[in-house]
Amino acid sequence: MKPAPFAYHRPTTLDEAVAMLAEVAPLEGRVIAGGQSLIPMMALRLAYPTHLVDINGIGELDRVAVEGGELVVGALARHVRFETPVEPGPTGRLLARVAHNIAHFPIRSRGTMCGSLANADPASEWCLAAVTLDARLVARSRSGTREIAARDYFLGIMMTTLEPEEILVEVRLPLLPADARAGFYEFSRRAGDFALASCLCAYTLEGGLIARAWLGVGGAEAHPRRIADAEAALVGQPAGEAAFRAAAEIAAAGIDPLEDANTNAAYRRDLVRTVVRRALEAASRDAGV
Amino acid sequence: MIGAERAMDEAERRLISVTVNEVVHRAEVDVRLTLADFLRHTLQLTGTHVGCEHGVCGACTVLVGGHTARSCLMLAVQAHGHSVVTIEGLSTEGQPLPPLQQALADHHGLQCGFCTPGILTTLTELLRDNPSPSDEDIRVALSGNICRCTGYQGIVAAVRSLLPSAGREVRG
Ligand SMILES: Cc1cc2nc3c(=O)[nH]c(=O)nc-3n(C[C@H](O)[C@H](O)[C@H](O)COP(=O)(O)OP(=O)(O)OC[C@H]3O[C@@H](n4cnc5c(N)ncnc54)[C@H](O)[C@@H]3O)c2cc1C
Ligand code: FES
Ligand code: FES
Repeated sequence: MKPAPFAYHRPTTLDEAVAMLAEVAPLEGRVIAGGQSLIPMMALRLAYPTHLVDINGIGELDRVAVEGGELVVGALARHVRFETPVEPGPTGRLLARVAHNIAHFPIRSRGTMCGSLANADPASEWCLAAVTLDARLVARSRSGTREIAARDYFLGIMMTTLEPEEILVEVRLPLLPADARAGFYEFSRRAGDFALASCLCAYTLEGGLIARAWLGVGGAEAHPRRIADAEAALVGQPAGEAAFRAAAEIAAAGIDPLEDANTNAAYRRDLVRTVVRRALEAASRDAGV
Repeated sequence: MIGAERAMDEAERRLISVTVNEVVHRAEVDVRLTLADFLRHTLQLTGTHVGCEHGVCGACTVLVGGHTARSCLMLAVQAHGHSVVTIEGLSTEGQPLPPLQQALADHHGLQCGFCTPGILTTLTELLRDNPSPSDEDIRVALSGNICRCTGYQGIVAAVRSLLPSAGREVRG
């Protein structure tokens, strides 16, 4: 299995990269970041880009920083970077827990968060995090820079509103409030495999009742999604089994499940019910608070 | 200007320089050549094995800049200027086997040996970064390496035998 022939470009600045991409995107040229999804697709001849614009030499894209209440993650921040908290609050703790569920270490050492967002696999943990935490994606092309809200970004299985000539330069994740408790749970058949269902959630408490809630489900539908009805069911309730079960029930009933030869709709709904409850339970045990 | 019109079947070649097991190698390679094939075919370092060629089996795992990476999921051109360690770099010919490799042999941590190069690069990194891993740490590290022979127990036992706590545990 070998990739089909292509021309290779290695720009060292973002300006150079967007100029190259503008030229080659109409000819089926593509960006390569970590290569951990694109190279397998090329090896299997599911993808045969004619040009690769390799962004690994663009130093300015290699950054993770907290700016104005947001975690800013540049296009070369690799999965492994999040395995230890990148910031001291609940967001850093949450992303660390999530990162360990992505593939295996040798893949995390190269794959990038922005690459996952561009790839938009339905089971991608980072896509789930972006949509649940209301991230903003920053895309740049020769004609300028635009911001896309994560909720408007995903269109379907591996389909997004990113244009072929755009480079995703960074994602901006609003930090959860310092007193938020966050949880994550996913089910996959083998360690490191893509999840069949996953849930990422967080909540804050006021006077013993849930005041704000974030709850998203991944792996179960064409793309990860925040489940507003499940969040609404949590707000105003004590954080405990009854509210968690109610939210899980609503999420399971509300999804439009993906089906494949091994996973029918009923099984996916069962998994969603379970992962939502377990993610909420994990949040209730969130240590840092 | 950047060859947008180039024919797709015209193979582009690049000159690269990669340090492999502390030796600098310069070669002109097809840009579509994977690092795994560069090691095996161009440099004749066939110790790195390829099983699946799409990132799943772990047999091709090498150290790039000190971190494990799938050599089937990197292009040789992307290794330009980097330092790579393969199984050939983990022992010296004519010298006794290093402790990890000896332990693997002693504990039946290999049979056919197909997965072993990837297992050894993976465990080399694990023991460097975490000198006293728990059983779970060992198993998590190994979770990206498929072995069809050993059932993994011997591999875990080999690692355990090297830990400071080894003498105190009585375990099959
Ligand atoms: C065995 C295995 C198991 C895996 N398991 C998981 C898993 O459990 N969960 C998970 O989420 N992922 C998993 N992955 C995929 C991995 O996380 C990838 O790293 C990730 O999906 C893509 O990131 P990348 O940087 O490697 O992107 P690449 O492979 O380089 O690119 C992927 C796609 O995104 C585009 N792209 C990349 N970066 C940009 C950018 N900045 N701007 C515009 N377009 C861009 C490319 O053109 C390409 O179409 C697995 C991979 C393997 C091989
Ligand atoms: S050959 Fe690279 S992971 Fe299987
Ligand atoms: S020893 Fe044969 S595959 Fe592991």
